[in-house]
Amino acid sequence: MTVSAPLREPEVVLRLAGITKRFGPLLANDGISLELRRGEVLALLGENGAGKTTLMNILFGHYVADAGHVEAFGRPLPPGSPRAALDAGIGMVHQHFTLAENLTVLDNVILGTEPLWRPWSDRAGGRRRLLDLASRFGLAVDPDRPVGSLSVGERQRVEILKALYRNARILILDEPTAVLTPQESLGLFATLGRLTADGLSVVFISHKLHEVLAGSQEVAVLRGGRLVARRRTTETTRAELAELMVGRPVTAPRALPLAPGEPVLALAGATVAAPAGPPALDAVDLTVRRHEILGIAGVSGNGQTALADLLSGVAELAAGRMVLLGSEIVAPSARELVRRGVARIPEDRHATGLVPGMAVWENLIAERYREPRFSRWGFQRRGGAMAHARALIARYDVRGPGPAAMTRLLSGGNMQKLILGRTLSERPSLIVASQPTRGLDIGAVTYVQEQLLEARAAGAAVVLISEDLDEILALSDHVAVMVRGRLSPPLPRAEATIQRLGLLMAGHWEEHGAIAQAGAAHAS
Amino acid sequence: MAEILELVLSAAFWTAVLRIAMPYVLGTLGELLCERAGVLNLGIEGIMTLGAMAGWMAVYQGADLWTGVAVAALAGAALGLLHAVLTVPLGLSQHVAGIGVTLLGTSLTYFTYRMVLPQATTPPTIEPFRPWPIPGLSEIPVLGPSLFSQTPLAYAALGLVALVAYVLYRTPVGLGLRMVGENPAAAEAQGLSVTGLRMGAVCAGSALMAVGGAFLTLSAFNAFFFNMLNGRGWICIALVVFASWRPGKALLGALLFAGFDALQLRLQQIVGPALPYQVFLMMPYLLSILALVVMARRAAYPKALMVPYRKGER
Repeated sequence: MTVSAPLREPEVVLRLAGITKRFGPLLANDGISLELRRGEVLALLGENGAGKTTLMNILFGHYVADAGHVEAFGRPLPPGSPRAALDAGIGMVHQHFTLAENLTVLDNVILGTEPLWRPWSDRAGGRRRLLDLASRFGLAVDPDRPVGSLSVGERQRVEILKALYRNARILILDEPTAVLTPQESLGLFATLGRLTADGLSVVFISHKLHEVLAGSQEVAVLRGGRLVARRRTTETTRAELAELMVGRPVTAPRALPLAPGEPVLALAGATVAAPAGPPALDAVDLTVRRHEILGIAGVSGNGQTALADLLSGVAELAAGRMVLLGSEIVAPSARELVRRGVARIPEDRHATGLVPGMAVWENLIAERYREPRFSRWGFQRRGGAMAHARALIARYDVRGPGPAAMTRLLSGGNMQKLILGRTLSERPSLIVASQPTRGLDIGAVTYVQEQLLEARAAGAAVVLISEDLDEILALSDHVAVMVRGRLSPPLPRAEATIQRLGLLMAGHWEEHGAIAQAGAAHAS
Repeated sequence: MAEILELVLSAAFWTAVLRIAMPYVLGTLGELLCERAGVLNLGIEGIMTLGAMAGWMAVYQGADLWTGVAVAALAGAALGLLHAVLTVPLGLSQHVAGIGVTLLGTSLTYFTYRMVLPQATTPPTIEPFRPWPIPGLSEIPVLGPSLFSQTPLAYAALGLVALVAYVLYRTPVGLGLRMVGENPAAAEAQGLSVTGLRMGAVCAGSALMAVGGAFLTLSAFNAFFFNMLNGRGWICIALVVFASWRPGKALLGALLFAGFDALQLRLQQIVGPALPYQVFLMMPYLLSILALVVMARRAAYPKALMVPYRKGER
């Protein structure tokens, strides 16, 4: 990744000047100016909502800036036109890939590169060029496979090839590692090294500090829509970047050592069927005890949703057993599990966690509206429900217009507090937390994590499903990894390093004697 | 049983199958184009009705047969444009807009017919397309008199199947069209106009549907009468699913359905009054539902079908 030091400053290939963009009352970008030099990787660091993606969407022509302009290779770029950005040699790899799953790799790559009304398509030539680029940059793909059959890492390769096929000299990657395993991320950084050695320039958007430090030459930090700092990567530290990104010193909550108590939940050979193909959850064994957080790491889409659904009473067991507090659950139903003390923090707040179109107080009693404190003779006891809502809003510090307001008016962090209040105030025995901090800002993240630790101290067992390895390692007593519906034996936190978890995520665990033994030791 | 076997091997049976199949072939092809671009076109029944009347009316008023076909195509494209405007730039519900277009197309057809021919009690007739045997090939037993002694419009319909397949799979515009039906944001990101491609596909598809309707009045029969379409458009919607959105399979599906239809007509004669004839009328539909269940349960439908695309929205 080292570029031989040129005598003069490398040429600036991309210049953003005074970019400002407003969405209603929100100032998403506030006078941002940036330069990107040839052969360099510029990391754009910032929290969710800091304006990174908005800035890149302006650069690529998806949005039009309210003020400011963009220059590529010394020439101004007309605003609002992806075509112009492509023609200027800018390629963008979106966080959510823009690929058509039912079409082949070749179809996806050559789309839009030929005159639309030419009565034939040069597929042979396109294939040759694609394979040539693939071998030159070490991005192996099969041009004839439908994109739907590729892994996420392979799809990302297709996206990068798509940009290279269009002669991109500037590549913008939006949160490229969000969906990758640590090993795949390393592969991506190696690719970026080959690209910049070839004279390409890369803008790399991320909120993960270790990646920014590993993969860039320069870092630009955004906070609240403003550019707050620019640093050469070699001249900064993780702590400095974290503080710049958040705006204050960061202290992450840490779990105090506690002796685990009696088992709360045990799964043995638990299997959940998928609509088609192999089971979504495949013979999973798992035990969680009181005062224990079991972290489930893994790239999303490997069965985490099925596990959370099973523990929430939404999915059925196709095989295996589920024992909760000593009694076997034969046909788990959501109501039954809630009654037995399971608290559920679902993955998608908007879709399954809350009903955004209903009032805050209604959402707060949604799991327990039939209980005598909230209803009598089939009629709602509105007074009781409202008092309950007011108490929870005060206790869990939910900021918003009040208990009668529509839930959709709350911010993501406050919605999550609502869910925490609804479930944790019932003193649950088991907490099933799926991606509990996804999409939240650091303040809300800290709050959620503290609440989970407090519940653990109070005697709850917690199953924490998260893609964020830092979170898993900060909170969990044991860590297991999900791969293709299977769960690895748990590792004690002290033994769970990023490298080791990365190997597990790649599926190398059945042959790992040492890890299997560690798991056996825990189970006994 | 022997009677049925003899029937299925006769040239007359296959001639009938092809004649019955052609409106389905064209209608399915048109619907397939719309749906591949991501727009469900439930206007098909009305568009085919309008095509049947417009093509026939043009010829009845003195135009030649091919001009009649062109008039039908234009009328279909115009009604398709209405559906396209409602569903693509305005992003309205494709179901509701489609049903509206069908109701409008059907009423407009009957209204126009009555306005032009207020007195007609028995439907007036025209001189339709004549069978055009291909020299040499038409001498082949069974296959010759059925496949190679069709009308020119039937040959054109078969050619259109190949043409649509070529355009979809072998041209840049076909790739763009498939892409806007799968992932319009991806197409937009490559500088293609989602609105333009979708509207174009709906208009072209609607023109094909209308020609399918016109096949009835210009080639299969020689007159237009009310309720002529009799649900053929709806069958095309099912045939698209049956065909998994592929032109070749669409042809196969149309032939299969037409085969059932031709068979039930002849079975009625063989069985006679022992069973009410409505039982036979039901047969092709029942068999189609069965075929649909078998064939289409895992169909990979276009991912963005029925999803309106609004620029800048995620």
